[in-house]
Amino acid sequence: MDQPASAYFMEERHDPVESHTLAVLVQNEPGVLARVIGLFSGRGYNIESLTVSETESQKHLSRITIVTTGTPMVIEQIKHQLDRMIPVYRVVDMTLTGRSIERELAMVKVRGGGDNRVEALRLADAFRARVIDATIESFVFEITGNSAKISQFIDLMRPLGLVEVSRTGVAAIGRGPEGM
Amino acid sequence: MSDKSHHPNQMTGAAMIVRALVDHGVKHIFGYPGGAVLPIYDELFQQSEVEHILVRHEQGAGHAAEGYARSTGRPGVAVVTSGPGATNMVTPLTDALMDSIPLVCITGQVPTHLIGNDAFQECDTVGITRPCTKHNWLVRDVNDLAKVLHEAFYVASTGRPGPVVVDVPKDVQFATGTYHPPRKADVHVSYVPRLKGDATLVRKAAALLASARRPVIYSGGGVINSGPEASKLLRELVEVTGFPITSTLMGLGAYPASGKNWLGMLGMHGTYEANMAMHDCDAMLCVGARFDDRITGRTDAFSPGSKKIHIDIDPSSINKNIRVDIPIIGDAANVLGDLLQAFKAESMKSDIKPWWQQIAKWRARNSLAYKKNDDVILPQYAIERLFAATRGRDTYITTEVGQHQMWAAQFFGFEEPHRWMTSGGLGTMGYGLPAAVGVQVAHPDSLVIDIAGDASVQMTMQEMSTAVQFELPIKIFILNNQYMGMVRQWQQLLHGNRLSHSYSEALPDFVKLADAFGCVGIRATKPADLDGALEEMIAIKRPVLFDCHVAALENCFPMIPSGKAHNEMLLPVEANDEATAVAFAGGKALV
Repeated sequence: MDQPASAYFMEERHDPVESHTLAVLVQNEPGVLARVIGLFSGRGYNIESLTVSETESQKHLSRITIVTTGTPMVIEQIKHQLDRMIPVYRVVDMTLTGRSIERELAMVKVRGGGDNRVEALRLADAFRARVIDATIESFVFEITGNSAKISQFIDLMRPLGLVEVSRTGVAAIGRGPEGM
Repeated sequence: MSDKSHHPNQMTGAAMIVRALVDHGVKHIFGYPGGAVLPIYDELFQQSEVEHILVRHEQGAGHAAEGYARSTGRPGVAVVTSGPGATNMVTPLTDALMDSIPLVCITGQVPTHLIGNDAFQECDTVGITRPCTKHNWLVRDVNDLAKVLHEAFYVASTGRPGPVVVDVPKDVQFATGTYHPPRKADVHVSYVPRLKGDATLVRKAAALLASARRPVIYSGGGVINSGPEASKLLRELVEVTGFPITSTLMGLGAYPASGKNWLGMLGMHGTYEANMAMHDCDAMLCVGARFDDRITGRTDAFSPGSKKIHIDIDPSSINKNIRVDIPIIGDAANVLGDLLQAFKAESMKSDIKPWWQQIAKWRARNSLAYKKNDDVILPQYAIERLFAATRGRDTYITTEVGQHQMWAAQFFGFEEPHRWMTSGGLGTMGYGLPAAVGVQVAHPDSLVIDIAGDASVQMTMQEMSTAVQFELPIKIFILNNQYMGMVRQWQQLLHGNRLSHSYSEALPDFVKLADAFGCVGIRATKPADLDGALEEMIAIKRPVLFDCHVAALENCFPMIPSGKAHNEMLLPVEANDEATAVAFAGGKALV
């Protein structure tokens, strides 16, 4: 078939896919996270990372930070779909503002001895990772930074005896004096 | 404490529910009792302000509430029990979500302490209905109930309307708490839809329309949902601009079918002139429609040469399927009013007479033509005669889903909004009969007709019993071709005429069935008998099952094969075997 036969298969356009970080302020009520996740799974959107926690307990507000990928049209849809959910106050595209700081925290467990152990400590120092647990044969490092830096650190630990990693996902905030 | 319990606002959760219904002006609700809603039913029994219509299946309650809502513009209300009561509501909730119908559904739930225990008739109602409602709530504290009920009515009927569910555990229905009436001044904390269009964009839109040479207005269900003012303003805009207008299935009646600028419905089974005008226009004004795939056909070939204005209350409808040039977010009535003013200030700068001449040529193709037959009733003819027989009467039409629905949309002329109830987005077979029940409850003296198919009508046939019990004189006009007609048509056109399971071997005798239900059965098999039988049907002040035998193998044309462009329509006169084969080439992947 040289042309798509159905409207349902029409969206095979190859617009470039972008990664966007969205900050979503929501009413902290039961099920709100399920709604957000259900929207993404139900409509076939991607979630690269998602973090959520209550940020203003008196107003019962939680902040969800979502890193998602899609074509510009899909990203626009995602924002509108989020924004029309009843418990959602605001949706801000941190990527579009161009003035946001993104940070992630990871805990990285490395096991080994001898030169590997020394090298791991040396690299941790270079990446400003802290030792938060140690045994004779292992370390747990805590590292904070943007996702690329954390991934790079994890890659470096791999040959030195990487055991496991726990990452928080991305949290983001805008620069300057204004809030979202 | 004892003082407090005598306070008039101290009451049980069940009493709060009934009180909230009264406070929101609800006169009728549709429902079915069960264990988890017995306290509510006990309250209903002891009052007379809210009338409860007992359906025969919860799906019927949902569709009846939809029909009630769509024909009145007010939210429809349904009450069902936990577990199967709630799961049976999933279809009407989804239907209402797709067609933006305001629905408030109250579901019973097992007592709070049993939630999560796999209790008898327990299901995760808020989990199951989360993706098929605009919003839903599980109320765990009786003191939250009043607030949630008022919020439910607000959410259902504000902005783009939709269905909501309030899930109330049985212990919360029994518990006593404080009720407070709805307050107009209460503004929702996070849901405040934008109603007023951006003034700059409205001016840009007016300028675009004023300089258009080939304009077209494409209106949808949003105009009807906005209320009578929006339809009035739409008519005025058409009058002032002189532009041609077409509409989606959901938008029929906003502009009268007898109006001189009317092109007929657009889309897959729309008229040739409507679809060609959409394809060739240079300026498109879309009001309250959403560029659905049944409307656009091939999106990359959709109206390629036009600048598009899109008015919608839901920002997520903008740029979802089709990129538009001037998006205006706001309520249809507000924006149409502003646009009308702005257009009057512009004055028309171009001549659209040549455009109308072109449209006249397309109209002359007569895309709804069909061959008359003296021996068998053609379904198109049946609708035309039904339309003729009901002219000048206070008529409401509902439909099921399939060929009969498309023929009804093509051949029944709607002059007013809120007169046409059909399942557009979800395409729910079985919608029309219970919807007719709901419409008749809202308009007891009107003529309410469900244009049905023999297959669809059997999906919710049990609601005839509801109509009989509540003396609702609905007319079920069945175009009986013994097939699932639209399925058969697609099998013929796309699947080598292998009619896999689309033939109903053992249809009931609908006249005898009417007798069994205690209503009236009428049958017509010959064109010559049709008018008399229709007169008889209309004259009877009781529910009627009308078994209209029609040509079995008639296809619904014109048709844009899905995935084709608007200018690749197949017209009935051209639909010989060869043309059909070409139009549907590559076919099986079509949906």
